Amino acid sequence: MLSIKDLTAKVGAKEILTGITLNVKAGEVHAIMGPNGSGKSTLAQVLAGHPAYTVTGGTVTYQGRDLTEMTPEDRAKEGIFLAFQYPVEIPGVSNAYFLRAAYNEREKQAGRPELDVMEFNTLLKEKSKILHIDESLLNRPVNEGFSGGEKKRNEIFQLAVLEPKLAILDETDSGLDIDALRTVSDGVNRLRSKDRAFIVVTHYQRLLNYIVPDFVHVIAGGRIVKSGGKELALELEQRGYDWLKPAAAGAAR
Amino acid sequence: MEDVEQLATKDYKWGFVTDVASDTFAKGLSEDVVRAISAKKNEPSWLTDWRLAAYRAWLKMKAPVWPNVTYPPIDYQGIAYYSAPAAPKDKKQSLDEVDPEILKTYEKLGISLDEQKRLQNIAVDAVFDSVSVATTCKDYLEKLGIAFCSFSEAVHKHPELVRRYLGSVVPTHDNFFAALNSAVFSDGSFCFIPKGVKCPMELSTYFRINAADTGQFERTLIVAEEGAQVSYLEGCTAPKRDTNQLHAAVVELVALDNATIKYSTVQNWYPGDKDGKGGIYNFVTKRGKCAGVNSKITWTQVETGSAITWKYPSCILVGDNSVGEFYSVAVVNNRQQADTGTKMIHVGKNTRSTIVSKGISAGRGNNTYRGQVKVAKGAAKARNYTQCDSLLIGDRCGAHTFPYIEVQNPTAKVEHEASTSKISEDQIFYCKQRGISTENAINMIVNGFCKEVFRELPMEFAVEAQKLLGVSLDGSVG
Ligand SMILES: Nc1ncnc2c1ncn2[C@@H]1O[C@H](COP(=O)(O)OP(=O)(O)OP(=O)(O)O)[C@@H](O)[C@H]1O
Ligand SMILES: [Mg+2]
Repeated sequence: MLSIKDLTAKVGAKEILTGITLNVKAGEVHAIMGPNGSGKSTLAQVLAGHPAYTVTGGTVTYQGRDLTEMTPEDRAKEGIFLAFQYPVEIPGVSNAYFLRAAYNEREKQAGRPELDVMEFNTLLKEKSKILHIDESLLNRPVNEGFSGGEKKRNEIFQLAVLEPKLAILDETDSGLDIDALRTVSDGVNRLRSKDRAFIVVTHYQRLLNYIVPDFVHVIAGGRIVKSGGKELALELEQRGYDWLKPAAAGAAR
Repeated sequence: MEDVEQLATKDYKWGFVTDVASDTFAKGLSEDVVRAISAKKNEPSWLTDWRLAAYRAWLKMKAPVWPNVTYPPIDYQGIAYYSAPAAPKDKKQSLDEVDPEILKTYEKLGISLDEQKRLQNIAVDAVFDSVSVATTCKDYLEKLGIAFCSFSEAVHKHPELVRRYLGSVVPTHDNFFAALNSAVFSDGSFCFIPKGVKCPMELSTYFRINAADTGQFERTLIVAEEGAQVSYLEGCTAPKRDTNQLHAAVVELVALDNATIKYSTVQNWYPGDKDGKGGIYNFVTKRGKCAGVNSKITWTQVETGSAITWKYPSCILVGDNSVGEFYSVAVVNNRQQADTGTKMIHVGKNTRSTIVSKGISAGRGNNTYRGQVKVAKGAAKARNYTQCDSLLIGDRCGAHTFPYIEVQNPTAKVEHEASTSKISEDQIFYCKQRGISTENAINMIVNGFCKEVFRELPMEFAVEAQKLLGVSLDGSVG
């Protein structure tokens, strides 16, 4: 589904991704871990097409297409979803309205009929039950005045409604209380399917107890320095990242 | 946001010219021109004298320099002060006598003057250049005692009402443009809602400037007697022309005891091209007088057009417990300039006013809110709430706020809140990541920003206003 090869990218003049290679197949869950500032969010933003990041080398192929040639909105309409580490507030636009606009863009792209307000509300109600989203949040402006945890939960709610093919979760677990963590993980697990892939960025092994990954990768210094199965997360939990640093330095040489 | 900058500006789709023969005065202004306009309309001598007095006052006045707008001096001798479609003179008993080209113009603008096809529940007075060409639903309204007709007609049919109320809210010498209007106004709308009558439909006037180098100086007078209620809507467009055209209207509202007047404007005059060439100068005086107790006047305006907008729909709250409201969305894009706001003058006791102003600036537009809240000595327990928000789209536009507050009664309460926000690149990206294009994202955010004002508009027009906003901000963003 997604094939990243020797990807390098910079923000401003600063090279942040120094050579990422990663293959993600439909049905897989990849966890990405790594120290602060190592480039995890940068990778996520580059995949989503944030204009502040420039791809300087390598290739990214998504469903056979050159991803870097696609506009951010086309990527979204073709099924890429990013749950932001820092979701943005959009004052004055209700969550429900916003989501319907997003949903219908996808439907249009796929040549399906758009949903009217009534039909869409039915869908929203269903999904909000699954994620224990308070219905009052639906009518509030997107993320405005939401608590940190509510924002994160709202991202996963959007994910559940939009049903993307490739979902990228950037530290969705940070700031969630224990119950919310379980609800959100439940929501994600329900969405796991053989047609859908996940890239889950996290600092905590705990999340991976709930969302069990097929692969775990460690990014340091803008590249993947170690890959493994779910046991790698446990090892990281015990040993930290220090033991990988030489590998990072080595790789950078 | 380079990609945003590159979106092409959509054309002003109301910019076509109608080809009709017209009866247009030579350019220039003098006492003779004022007399000639009055003669054209067969006006009684008191009105001719009233105009002449205004003209003489105007000669001694200067255009205001305090608005935060810049434009080259206007050559008042370079304007034609009267232009009317030639064919059916002032008498138009039925639509059959209106030039079909003009009917087509209104159809194209989406306004049907055909009684059969008209929008339900809206009576329309169509003003083309200087004269009213048709008024719909007149007979039905007349049965209820409501007068809704062109100003010229009112002068003949309701002379005592016109004489009593004309200039009673905006005196001839009020300001430079009001004086000019008083001297040369050629037509406009007149509404009179008698005691106890609730007008069952929206009344609306559609102003269209067609002829080149003419000014439009219309006069609107709305009187709601005791307990009467009316909702009135004004719309306007003009062809695209390279030269600037002057529109200097005066609107007067009078609400007696327990009367309610709701006046909504969707202003969409030609704004000029993206470099600021052409466009309408919209210098308008609008004022309402809550003369009676418990009366209420609400101004709602959506200002998307004009090269320059200069207008302050105001309320004089004379009657005890009277209420004044002002809800405004003003959009400037490209090189447009707007200096707009309101005045709430509290005279009576327990008078209340609400001001909600939403200014949107894009491109190189410059948007100024100017508002005055004045509480006179006798206005015990007067209250005002003002909320003034600015939204910036891009880095080259400007927003300014000038609130003037003057309180002479210690029991009064005046609150003012202001905010400025900017559509950020991160907001746009967030929307795009969900599949929503930049254009739609901006539309969504802007409409959200204006919600409190749109809510005040009659339903159909709220929808229209939203669309209009989309068009006028299209390709504006940077
Ligand atoms: N827009 C930007 N401008 C300048 N520097 C940036 C920008 N975005 C990211 N960086 C820098 O790039 C580096 C990688 O940042 P990134 O957000 O990808 O890290 P991360 O691995 O997600 O870290 P964390 O675990 O703290 O979220 C950091 O040093 C960060 O300061
Ligand atoms: Mg991060």
